[in-house]
Amino acid sequence: MNILNLFIIVPVLTVCGIMLTKDLKQSRLVSAIGMGVQLILAFVLVYLYLAERGAGNTATMLFMYDAVWFPSLNIHYALGVDGISVAMIALTGIVVFAGIFASWKMEFLPREFFISLIILATGVYGFFISIDLFTMFLFYELAVIPMYILIGIWGTGPKEYSAMKLTLMLMAGSALLLVGILGIYFFSAPAGSPLTFNIMEISKVHIPIEMQRFLFPFTFVGFGILGALFPFHTWSPDGHASAPTAVSMLHAGVLMKLGGYGAFRVAIFLMPQAAQEQAWIFLILTSISVVYGAFSAIVQTDLKYINAYSSVSHCGLVLFAILMMNQTAMNGAIIQMISHGLMTALFFALIGMIYGRTHTRLINEMGGLMKVIPFLGVVYVIAGLASLGLPGFSGFVAEMTIFVGAFQHVDVFHRVVTIVAASSIVITAVYILRVVGILLFGPIKNPHFLELTDAKWYERISTISLVLAITAIGTAPWWLSNMINYSLAPIVERISAVQVTGLF
Amino acid sequence: MADYTYTLLIPLIPLFVFLLLGLTGHKMKPLVAGLIGSTGLGISAILSYATAFKYFIGSHVAGAGYASIKGFEVSWLHLTDKLTIHLGVLIDPISVMMLVVITTVSLMVHIYSIGYMKGDPGFYRFFSFLSLFSFSMLGLVLATNIFQMYIFWELVGVSSFLLIGYYYEKPSAVAASKKAFIVTRFADLGFLIGILMLSFNTGTFDFQTLTDPHGPAIASAGGAAFMGLSVLTWSLIFIFIGGAGKSAMFPFHIWLPDAMEGPTPVSALIHAATMVVAGVYLVARLFPVYALGAPDALMVVAWVGGFSSIFAAVIACTQTDIKRVLAFSTMSQIGYMMLSLGVSGYGGEEGLGFMASNFHLFTHAMFKALLFLGAGAVIHAVHTNEIGGMGNLRKHLPITHITFLIACVTIAGIPPFSAFFSKDEILVAAFHSNKLLFAIEYIVAGLTAFYMFRLYYGIFWGKNTQYHHTPHESPLVMTIPLMILAFGSVFAGFIPFHALVTSDGLPFESKIDWLIAIPSVLIGVLGIVVATVMYKKENPLPDKVAGTFKHLYKWAYHKFYWDEIYLFVTRKIIYRYISEPIAWFDRHVIDATMNGIAGITQYSAYAIKGLQSGKLQQYGFVFVSGTIILVLIFVYLV
Repeated sequence: MNILNLFIIVPVLTVCGIMLTKDLKQSRLVSAIGMGVQLILAFVLVYLYLAERGAGNTATMLFMYDAVWFPSLNIHYALGVDGISVAMIALTGIVVFAGIFASWKMEFLPREFFISLIILATGVYGFFISIDLFTMFLFYELAVIPMYILIGIWGTGPKEYSAMKLTLMLMAGSALLLVGILGIYFFSAPAGSPLTFNIMEISKVHIPIEMQRFLFPFTFVGFGILGALFPFHTWSPDGHASAPTAVSMLHAGVLMKLGGYGAFRVAIFLMPQAAQEQAWIFLILTSISVVYGAFSAIVQTDLKYINAYSSVSHCGLVLFAILMMNQTAMNGAIIQMISHGLMTALFFALIGMIYGRTHTRLINEMGGLMKVIPFLGVVYVIAGLASLGLPGFSGFVAEMTIFVGAFQHVDVFHRVVTIVAASSIVITAVYILRVVGILLFGPIKNPHFLELTDAKWYERISTISLVLAITAIGTAPWWLSNMINYSLAPIVERISAVQVTGLF
Repeated sequence: MADYTYTLLIPLIPLFVFLLLGLTGHKMKPLVAGLIGSTGLGISAILSYATAFKYFIGSHVAGAGYASIKGFEVSWLHLTDKLTIHLGVLIDPISVMMLVVITTVSLMVHIYSIGYMKGDPGFYRFFSFLSLFSFSMLGLVLATNIFQMYIFWELVGVSSFLLIGYYYEKPSAVAASKKAFIVTRFADLGFLIGILMLSFNTGTFDFQTLTDPHGPAIASAGGAAFMGLSVLTWSLIFIFIGGAGKSAMFPFHIWLPDAMEGPTPVSALIHAATMVVAGVYLVARLFPVYALGAPDALMVVAWVGGFSSIFAAVIACTQTDIKRVLAFSTMSQIGYMMLSLGVSGYGGEEGLGFMASNFHLFTHAMFKALLFLGAGAVIHAVHTNEIGGMGNLRKHLPITHITFLIACVTIAGIPPFSAFFSKDEILVAAFHSNKLLFAIEYIVAGLTAFYMFRLYYGIFWGKNTQYHHTPHESPLVMTIPLMILAFGSVFAGFIPFHALVTSDGLPFESKIDWLIAIPSVLIGVLGIVVATVMYKKENPLPDKVAGTFKHLYKWAYHKFYWDEIYLFVTRKIIYRYISEPIAWFDRHVIDATMNGIAGITQYSAYAIKGLQSGKLQQYGFVFVSGTIILVLIFVYLV
């Protein structure tokens, strides 16, 4: 059997297993086992992928699987992965695994919680392995819908409002996306040949430029909303602030990456001409995103808001790099997606753990926590340093690759936006150190904090697995970078084959 | 060519110690952690000395120059077709010299800290951070390419952050660590942009290729690109911004005095002897590119260095916290080194300034580390940093007193102590290049002698302060490093730097120019005499002088208000006029628009929901009235 099918089957079996359980203890155990298997599976996939490449398999997509499930419209359940999707699957595996352990004490309706969480994960896995646009869209929706339930039921604060806002904005994105996908479907096939949703088939033909100009903004913005593209990012702070820990982790960690991945795999890959023509508009928006998110984060007082705005900034950098449309910058974009996914998941996990102890997320009410919860404190500092791009952690690798890549454009416009985006490394340092200084250092503000206990074993599993992944990429980036580079080459070749005299 | 692969161990041992202490240190006895740290660094030091011996003497062919050798290199991250980040070790005169400096001072500081930090609850943490710093600093000087240097550059920055903020429960220490990190990070942005420009135009990160006089970097020197300067010049100026940030040059100096919040051994290691000279090392590392490709950029280096040295010297005369006096003194001395590089040429005797800069870096590391460790011993004894709380300590702390005096005489430039030789070479180099800078350096020499002896008399002579506990001399574990460093301060001047560390690797003849040396010594003596008159015994003279130059004194005492300027920019402009409006805009404009759209949708839904009431009577009424209206329209209008 094709290994990729397992990525759908294992979560479905896990969900069935959870349905049979009775209480929190059983359901979290089943979830942990299921997602543990899934994590191992993800590493097996990485191994098999590298082995195939090592054996000289040069096909663009490996482990292809195809089954027709809607013949009249030529919709296929078509699967296949390249280095980029393999990397994203590994990311998903780690974040979901850590997320389960971060929800170890989910007392309220645990079965339903874990079921929704794993359905969400299924959608993400499915999205990354499909190469049929329709199936991809289906999985995308599968991932977005449980979000509403998860925030609406298990959230905190104005949860109904946040859940509604998040879902509606993402649905608006889906609507744009649907227009884009259907447009691609109808206008990609040459006269006489059947219509297809298959990305690899579509990439062999050129969509007429007039249609590209029309469809590209729909597709890019549709995915961009999920990737927190300015000015469609406001669902993110409210949504994250209300969501329970594991949901924030999954959402910022992997779901937002669907946006970047889709923008790259669908919008730019299939419509390179329009992408080159219109890139400048979105480059301006994304470079604003990068700086704007960082500046907003400086003055926030709620830990989750700080991290949400930081995500706006970091995800802005992902889209920014994708739009640079050269090998190095796009490679950086993919690494940044993985790096940000891990870092932000770690942040949200820590915020959840700290909130669980102090019952506040306002930094002004906290202080001196390093003294009482040293493990969580140290990990928070590590997450912060990773986030501000310290060498040795994944963020540095991603940012440097992006900046070097973006600097390969010689014109003034690209230079200016690159320097604007690069200036975020300073602003990031400001907000990270501000939080670390107020939250962890200084004297203990509240005598009640003296009774706090440090991380439990399940919290340690959750955080350590993420820290390990961040450090592994940061110290040995070459294998990831090479794996991505190999698969990027044909994509970049297709993009740069079309020479467009754009505005810049 | 000799094999230098083993030099990889010099940075890796401290890294290993860092991981060991960081992960398991909390279970160790404090002394064990201290011993592990010191032993690790001791091994690195021995390896460094062996390398220095092998490089400079053992495998050196008489008469030939010193080549630059790659001991080891691996590819770390492939970026573009041309650019790949490598990690490796580069062995050449300046990197070997820096190995000796770093491991020596670091080892002394490790040993000293076993005594100084005794009883501190975070003992193991302190030693693990020291090891992290040593690893990063050694990696920085051994870098084979500019990107590797940038990687370790950031790592020394974060080690410095962690050590300044070591007493993390103290708000002032937290603020200082934050300030140090952010100010240097801002400068590092310049460094990064410089790297991007340089590597894009030359297609390489590699130092050997960049500094090759016939290589692509220097060949790309021609042509004006922007505001009359070439791309190469701009990129080197940007790179220098990074160096100026790390080396606390004006106007990035503001973090250095505050960094004194860290434990004193840290100040000795990081903020006096090693990390703060990284900027000098950076310029020295790229020196052929500066000298041959971008003389304009080198002029910037010279003037920034010269201005910083006099600016800091004036401030140092007025400070009352002994560590801050030393901090400004460090800034002033680094200004000397920068200036010396800035006035230097490339090759042979032209490269006198290059040699002098490295020479002074070496001697400065010895005497400034000694001064800081001595100050630490004093603080350890009297529990205050303020000069006002000290006085007449020479009887209580005899060893500290003697070693401190040696360091003061050394920094004042009195022969035959080491700084006399290095400073003299700098003055000669400046004299042959730029008379104005030369004059500035003469004044600084006098000021230096003055403020150092002001400090010396304030601590060890002066008034008879009453102490709560009788101050007592530090234990041997602290005084032995003082003695070793004092030995270094006295005799380091006899190392023939002109034969070892030169701009092009070839030795040249150098002798003392007495016409310049004698007046500089006299100025130093004058500074000492003035300080003796004013501060040896308690008298009203200092207050009178301060009163005479009231405004200058006040401005210098407040460090020319640069902290206030920075505070204004960050608090008022960035925080209040950029960040807060952006955050407000996000909530009240962008998000409000989104909510507004939702609101309109909801409002319209309410407005038209009456049409779908499900009441037959209403439907019937609407139906009938609609028909009637239509009939009327048809009858009367058509």
